[in-house]
Amino acid sequence: MRGVDKSFPGVHALKNVDLNVEAGDVLALIGENGAGKSTLIKVLGGAHRPDSGVIEIDGRPIEILTPQDSQRAGIGIIYQEFNLIPAMTVRENIFLGQEPGRVSIVPAGKERRRARELFDRIGVALDPDALVRDLTVAQQQIVEIAKALSLDSRIIVMDEPSAALSPREVEGLFRIVNELKSQGIGIVYVSHRLDEIFAICNHVTVLRDGAYVDSKPIGALTRDTLIELMVGRKLENEFPKRAVAKSVQTDDHEVRSGLTVRNLVGGPKVRDISFNVRRGEIVALTGLVGAGRTETARLIFGADKREAGTITLDGKELRIKSPRDAIAAGICLLTEDRKGQGLILNQSVLENFGLPNLARFTGGGLIQQKRERNAFQTYVEQLQIKVSGPNQPAGNLSGGNQQKVVLAKWLERDAEVIIFDEPTRGIDVGAKFEIYRLMHRLVEQGKAILMISSELPEVLGMADRIIVLHAGRVTGEIDDVKLATQESIMDLAVK
Amino acid sequence: MKRFIADNGSVIVLLALCAYYSVVTLGEQHPNTPAAGQEVAAAILQDSSEQVTVVVITRDTVQDRAYSEAVRAAIQTGGGTVLAVVNGAPTDARLALEQVGGAFNRVDAIATNHSASRWGPLKPQKLKATADKFPGISGIKVFKPQSYTWPSFLTRENLVNVINQNAVIAIIAIGMTLVIITAGIDLSVGSLLALCGVTTAVAIQQMAGGADAGTIGLLGACLIGTGVCTLCGVFNGVMVTWFRVPAFVVTLAMMMVARGLALIVAVQYQSALLGGGTEGTPEAVKIEAAAFGWLGNGATFGIPNPILLMLALYGLAHITMTKTSIGRYIYAVGGNPEAARLSGVPVFGVLILVYAICGAMAGLAGIVDASRFEGGRPNAGEMYELQVIAAVVVGGTSLAGGEGRIFGTLVGAMIIAVIQNGLNMAGVASYEQKCVFGGLILAAVLLDRFKRK
Repeated sequence: MRGVDKSFPGVHALKNVDLNVEAGDVLALIGENGAGKSTLIKVLGGAHRPDSGVIEIDGRPIEILTPQDSQRAGIGIIYQEFNLIPAMTVRENIFLGQEPGRVSIVPAGKERRRARELFDRIGVALDPDALVRDLTVAQQQIVEIAKALSLDSRIIVMDEPSAALSPREVEGLFRIVNELKSQGIGIVYVSHRLDEIFAICNHVTVLRDGAYVDSKPIGALTRDTLIELMVGRKLENEFPKRAVAKSVQTDDHEVRSGLTVRNLVGGPKVRDISFNVRRGEIVALTGLVGAGRTETARLIFGADKREAGTITLDGKELRIKSPRDAIAAGICLLTEDRKGQGLILNQSVLENFGLPNLARFTGGGLIQQKRERNAFQTYVEQLQIKVSGPNQPAGNLSGGNQQKVVLAKWLERDAEVIIFDEPTRGIDVGAKFEIYRLMHRLVEQGKAILMISSELPEVLGMADRIIVLHAGRVTGEIDDVKLATQESIMDLAVK
Repeated sequence: MKRFIADNGSVIVLLALCAYYSVVTLGEQHPNTPAAGQEVAAAILQDSSEQVTVVVITRDTVQDRAYSEAVRAAIQTGGGTVLAVVNGAPTDARLALEQVGGAFNRVDAIATNHSASRWGPLKPQKLKATADKFPGISGIKVFKPQSYTWPSFLTRENLVNVINQNAVIAIIAIGMTLVIITAGIDLSVGSLLALCGVTTAVAIQQMAGGADAGTIGLLGACLIGTGVCTLCGVFNGVMVTWFRVPAFVVTLAMMMVARGLALIVAVQYQSALLGGGTEGTPEAVKIEAAAFGWLGNGATFGIPNPILLMLALYGLAHITMTKTSIGRYIYAVGGNPEAARLSGVPVFGVLILVYAICGAMAGLAGIVDASRFEGGRPNAGEMYELQVIAAVVVGGTSLAGGEGRIFGTLVGAMIIAVIQNGLNMAGVASYEQKCVFGGLILAAVLLDRFKRK
């Protein structure tokens, strides 16, 4: 791709971007959120038409106007959200759209054989007749890859393929990527996880604010130089320094005791969990995917039904039956799934911001929009939220800015306990740093923060204490983070 | 500019429709109002200086009577004499002319209107022939109001009529808009309208004292009627939330149950009237309290009461939806129920409230309907649910939820009303109207789709 340019009303999303993938090459496409990666992928996939620029395959210019053009040109795209039909089998999904003719009978046997061949090619075993809805996310991804291969794709684009995978599944993904690479397929790998990029990519192309920054072989880069290219400035440290010493200790234990959870039980995933988060402290809740971390947070927040256990705040037991009760008690939750649970995408950022805070802006039964706007504006400045105005729909923002809007709405609530579920998932390095700094500011104000995270460096860099879960129970608590290592955490997590 | 068109597409469509019908219905207008009668009288008085003698001739219709009465009064206050007022057929006119022509020796003028002026006895040659026999009318002149060219669609009378006839639909559409914004649907509104009408009628007849019912009694009966519908709405809401039954199914069931109840109540009432021995018929429950007709047929400041009620409800709903927490909550629940719940919105409460409001609006509409027909009709409001949904959708509310404006719905209801009125004026038969109508609804929504792209 050369000189690709694309504008949307109000946004110049891609400015003269170049991208070059060779056969058998794994190219990392990186950049902060809003840098234009997704737009570039959509141009390749035929979902967006570029305003100008050339796309060439084997030196021949091609025109991609529709998704079909893209497929015919040998480009396979695996989006973050899979395009699979849950109620159909693996085989039917792979060959959907490739049936021999409108009215002829689908040759099931032949398709089954071909599906097995495709799976063999990437070195996995999967039942072609399994229903897609019964598969794990990793297996669905394999189906997507097989589908791309069935169309003779020679370039495969993967958008954040590891985002929803467990560490072991990521290893499996790497094996597949290496297998494809050895078969001469060019791969564009989009990820925020720098470790992965160093593990499997040969080249890196960096975008920033819609513009092409640089392309380099991976050998010429270090983690720090790569981050510098992405954010356009030198980052001293991935994690900010705390101004006050960690864990404010006070004498008045009852009042400052913060959030205490005892013998929490609910649903199949939370069997018996007890811990506490003192004010002025960041406690990380970690463990493998499925250990019950998010479920624990939802139980505390009243989003799911609690079967047993008590929740106390500053020594007072709380009666939480719904998120409304939890919010009234001073607990808030920043969900992992911002788009599905944190925001109402078709509504404006202002409306999203105001939703839990309307009582504060209401006078005489009516919402005082000016007060609401002014309050929001202070957060726009304080958190440096990049919005065109208070009426911009929340769905148009990048992940980092969406997270900031969610943060703003809870900060306005002035909650005492803030639960962050994967606070930096899908967020670029620069915004990550700002969110970390904000978490520090909150604990300095005496708030209690419970942080759920799968990223062990984040856990080690941010937490005062670490609680490790496994199969719905606490398997370990690390009080002195200095002594903890990724290995010691993993050790507790698999116990 | 493009933005303006996109945001106000339905208003533009409405205006375009009005403009179109105005052009199509452009034609001679023949005024027949009391005001026109006064003008005619003034012209007659001006024409002859002496004691003027006049015969007033019109058809026998309510409007013509009002017109001729106005002429008579104005002539008399002006010092003239009205020899005869004829409200009848051409024969009556001929007889009257012969009579005054024989009895008086000078008759100056005939005051008439457009329709009567085309009658045979009033044509110049016929008039002359009569004058030969009865010389009293030999100098007679015919006066009628000035005709002018104006679209008959665009008369105050017609416009008020169009809005008035659709006020009921528009009122129900308020509730439906709220329900559809939460991504739900309510098919029971038409039946609830009938249930409310019948319940209110029975309550007036049996509890409030029938013909002697006082204001408080009438209000109490209305409260019972709307209360029943509100409770039905609450039931719908509880089913949708706690029992997770799809809104389509719950309200479809309620549509049948409420219609059935309305018929049962009406039939039993009729049977009780006949002494209880015989089976009743599903006739309307007649309301004898005369004051009850005020809401449906009365007018305040010259505007029919149903229109005033409709406008008041729209104003209230608009403020609720744009300026209050509950309005925000309704949009939030429609946009993303899970995110709303996790933001502390009482999602179940909001949904139950919305269905209750929809029931209450259907109930209010039922009272307007009962008042208009002076009886609770168990078969009223059939297929209204579809007309109402059409109004909401044409007004730009998305069936997917989370989007929609209250005034959009008002415009949508008016678009449908205007189309219907236009088709009537153009003389399209009712079967054909249905086809045209369906097509137009589809077109309106398609237009909206393109606009969004």
